[in-house]
Amino acid sequence: MSLVTDRLYEEAPRPLVSQGTARDYYELLKPRVMQLVIFTALVGMLTAHEPINPIIGFASILAIAIGAGASGCLNMWYDATIDGLMERTAKRPIPSGAIAPGEALAFGMTLSIGSVLFLGLITNWYAAGFLAFTIFFYVVVYTMWLKHWTVQNIVIGGAAGAFPPMIGYMAVTGSVNLETFLQFLIIFIWTPPHFWALALVKSKDYARAGVPMLPVIAGGIETRRQILIYSILLAPVGMAPALFGYTSLVYLAISALSGGIMIWLAYDLYRKRDGDTARKASYRLFGTSILYLFVLFAALLLEEIVPMMIPMLIGRNLI
Amino acid sequence: MNEQPYPEVPKLTPEDLAKQKARSKALGLVLGALVILFFIVTIAKLGGNVWNREL
Repeated sequence: MSLVTDRLYEEAPRPLVSQGTARDYYELLKPRVMQLVIFTALVGMLTAHEPINPIIGFASILAIAIGAGASGCLNMWYDATIDGLMERTAKRPIPSGAIAPGEALAFGMTLSIGSVLFLGLITNWYAAGFLAFTIFFYVVVYTMWLKHWTVQNIVIGGAAGAFPPMIGYMAVTGSVNLETFLQFLIIFIWTPPHFWALALVKSKDYARAGVPMLPVIAGGIETRRQILIYSILLAPVGMAPALFGYTSLVYLAISALSGGIMIWLAYDLYRKRDGDTARKASYRLFGTSILYLFVLFAALLLEEIVPMMIPMLIGRNLI
Repeated sequence: MNEQPYPEVPKLTPEDLAKQKARSKALGLVLGALVILFFIVTIAKLGGNVWNREL
């Protein structure tokens, strides 16, 4: 093993110093995923309805976001080889040669340990433990195991992306409740149609890399059927916070309408199976799914903020 | 004495140096921000308790 490694190093001499820029390190953290994590963790935190020092709240969200970024970094470290085989991910910092795998591993591990310790010290160790479990789940359970082993990879692995609202709530209260579990469920059920819509377009990429995504293993028709099933499930799950009495009728209307749009677009994709129209339908569902989750959590955020703001505004005679 | 010459160390290119400098700046900024954050968080955690002590 060492002989092979030595020979590889002889044939391809490593640069003297890191070739990465600060931006490359930032890209290792998967900033788009971090945005989702920040947003959903904030909603989970506000759901607690308990006073929290704004500075501690801000620092907690930062710790959760850095923890999520660290898991993204470790994901890129482990999957650098297959990322290099796929068009969508070939320009990531490790396959492009900007950052060496060892640097990414050290960066990811440092941020993982740092974010968990920081969250534990400023809030509580339940939240820190949950954050550590989320990083473990994403890196070990999803990236190292499920992703390369089963067609259900993103269905189960989606849990990692769905935990942040619960961590946010736990940072304030030290426990979880049904409301944050419903928020978890929304992201969990949303993940398969979101990912599979993209995987349908990028199935050749996944096939080349040997990743058993649903379109590669079961084909386009079955993937479309599964997307439609999950979208039909997603609509009532999206409405659940209102159905359980946690939000107002305004949220119910928004979630029902946006859930209906998701079902319609999933059905549209189910009907369009070939050519450019099918490709456009996939991208349309993928883009809309991002907007769907944003709208739902923005509505949940407003449901928490508006009741807090009204007494303040009345007190200042602004209403 | 049979002294072996040290292997020649290749020099860093101007591009390498520029990247190294930019990384150092970014790292400095992040570390500075962390110092400020830890200080502010410590004060926030102490809260009013900082005054509850015998003088």
